Amino acid sequence: MPDASTARGAAPAASGAGATPVKPRRDWRIAVASGKGGTGKTTVAVNLALSSRGPVQLLDCDVEAPNARLFLSLTDVRRNAVTIPIPEVDQTRCTACGQCGEICAYNAIVAMGAPPIVFPRLCHGCGGCMRICPRHAIREVPREIGAVAVAGNGHLRFVEGELTIGEAMAPPVIRAVWSELAPGTPAIIDAPPGTTCPTIEAVRGSDVVALVTEPTPFGLHDLELAVAMVRALGLPHGVIVNRMGIGDDRIQRYCEREGVAVLAEIADDRSIAEAYARGIPLVTAQPQYAARFHELRARLEELAAQGTQHAQGGAGGDGCDAQEVS
Amino acid sequence: MKVAITSRGLDPQDPVDPRFGRATVFVVFDTETGEHTPLENSGGMDAAHGAGIQAARRVQEAGVSAVVTGHCGPNAFRALSAAGIDVIVGAQGTVAETFARYQAGDLQPVAAPDVEGHGL
Amino acid sequence: MKELVVISGKGGTGKTTLTGAFAELAEDAVLADCDVDASDLHLLLKPRVRRREVFRSGRVAQIRTADCTGCGLCHDYCRFDAVIPPAAPQPSPDVAGAYAIDPIGCEGCGVCVRFCPAQAIDFPERESGLWFVSDTRAGPMVHARLNVAAENSGKLVSLVREQARRLAEATGRERIIIDGPPGIGCPVIAAITGATFVLAVAEPTRSGRHDLERVLGLAQHFAIPAGICINKFDLHPGLAGEMTHEWAERGVPTLGQVPYSAVVTHAQVAGESLLQSQPTAEVTERIVSIWQRVAARLDGAAQAQPEPGAEVRP
Repeated sequence: MPDASTARGAAPAASGAGATPVKPRRDWRIAVASGKGGTGKTTVAVNLALSSRGPVQLLDCDVEAPNARLFLSLTDVRRNAVTIPIPEVDQTRCTACGQCGEICAYNAIVAMGAPPIVFPRLCHGCGGCMRICPRHAIREVPREIGAVAVAGNGHLRFVEGELTIGEAMAPPVIRAVWSELAPGTPAIIDAPPGTTCPTIEAVRGSDVVALVTEPTPFGLHDLELAVAMVRALGLPHGVIVNRMGIGDDRIQRYCEREGVAVLAEIADDRSIAEAYARGIPLVTAQPQYAARFHELRARLEELAAQGTQHAQGGAGGDGCDAQEVS
Repeated sequence: MKVAITSRGLDPQDPVDPRFGRATVFVVFDTETGEHTPLENSGGMDAAHGAGIQAARRVQEAGVSAVVTGHCGPNAFRALSAAGIDVIVGAQGTVAETFARYQAGDLQPVAAPDVEGHGL
Repeated sequence: MKELVVISGKGGTGKTTLTGAFAELAEDAVLADCDVDASDLHLLLKPRVRRREVFRSGRVAQIRTADCTGCGLCHDYCRFDAVIPPAAPQPSPDVAGAYAIDPIGCEGCGVCVRFCPAQAIDFPERESGLWFVSDTRAGPMVHARLNVAAENSGKLVSLVREQARRLAEATGRERIIIDGPPGIGCPVIAAITGATFVLAVAEPTRSGRHDLERVLGLAQHFAIPAGICINKFDLHPGLAGEMTHEWAERGVPTLGQVPYSAVVTHAQVAGESLLQSQPTAEVTERIVSIWQRVAARLDGAAQAQPEPGAEVRP
């Protein structure tokens, strides 16, 4: 079965003679995702980046609600519009044949008369109408749906995507964030919560996915969905259990049954929540966490390296040797 | 000429469906003969987005000149207007009562959509 | 019929916990879990499924490998990185050069299907999820689940709401309580259009305030009366107060504040109803008062709204 991740340009899995060499360690792309929101995904992503001892980039792909910047002080912010190509009909060439309306899967262009009318917000930018028009009467023009901001903070390079309120299409903005990925520098990607299109788009090109959850029934249920997603994508992954202590050990038991590594456990600590509420990164409020996040990153990079040596990725059989963080 | 009335069911005694895009069915009347036939709204009901646009195409293909419904959103309104189809909103009661009012000249087309769309 | 939708800009604010409690307190409501991407309400209410249906939405392209000539036109045309070129070298001449579609990336636009010179691409409807009608201790419930990588357009949300309305009509119930999806995109829009009242749940954090702004903006855009519940307010009471004040000035009252409490999680972990297992806990009593205020607003808002079918344009 074709490896889905190669369609995106992630490091291809080695497979037989002439196998691709293991990716150099400087360049790993770590995605941080979760089945549900509010588990601590942004906390993990931001602190993984801030605790880096060398250059690192943080990509905020949660484009409907990008929050990572609230924890960073940023300089040199450069902002570019993200556009998708929508049709524009040359009325002088159009014969109202209606083929554009017929090929469109999204009701974004319809021939109700001549010329056809375009509904820009429904358009996915597939190019079908432009290609099918027998009179070449359709050209594509850019329509702004969001923006990508690039900024700095010391050795941290920050890229954020934001979808304009009212727009439906997150994936093009997420692709635009990824297009700003600087080669040669390790990257942490803050993915949108959930398991549908936008999350897939954000994690597809990564080398390993950290799944953040909490030890409750909701946390477990949504983790199961997230694990199904990363397995479908063939991506190495591990679990981070946040707010240890508020629930029970069901996450660890699940991970053991499923052979998924538990990479870290973060204790439930009210002071962490209070720092978060005030926009203070954890490694700033409690510097002893920096070493823990640095170790977590090393474990994730290990998983990434293992993953490129196996066709299917997936966590190694480390079982649940969780690392207590508190 | 033909006028389409959005309906909850196939019978003219059924209530008007207040929605256009996701109307259960259209009942199309011939204003000269008073006869009516049902017109399915499968495209409108199935569409993820652009239900109003699909529904507008449907009635246009059926040769309808006017639509009578409860509400009409901006996408549907734009599509219907581009096709030269009159839009009448505010319909209540049964389909048959509504057709009678239309025939009596009591219902006037509007110049703009009367409700917000569903975001796109 | 009165529809209450509980939303939050982001997940994890306690929205589902509140909705579950409201469901039990309401006693006469139909429940709708519109958080179809990661639905959790069923974990609280433990539904007995009576009806299960497949949800189909859009289409997905599939290349018939045997008919593929390897021309690569699909790969050139695809805007969504959904066409996988053949890996080289090929072990077998029979499958030399065949392309494949990545169903996860495919957006169902149909361009490759239409332009394939060998007509080698099928375009079936996509099975995108499931929906259910169930019984729970708090009343009948409609819920659903989207498949991994499904497009979350809001269509399934609309379907769940429509089924909940039909169920309410059929059972003579007047209220529908909806657990809304997170975010501000199409699924949330589908959950709130035409609703009677929106309750936004927020946490007093910098990001919570940011997300509340976006989600209430949506409610105001659709002219739906709204209220706020601040959860874990004691994490940052100053910010909670600011948010309350700021939104009160904009016509959105805060209907209650709930403290950071382990009691709620304990009940969830134990699989028990908060109301039944901890009736006298402070957090429980606060939730009961919030429900009473929400219910009053819901009924009041229902009276203020015009009859269906009447002109609504202001």
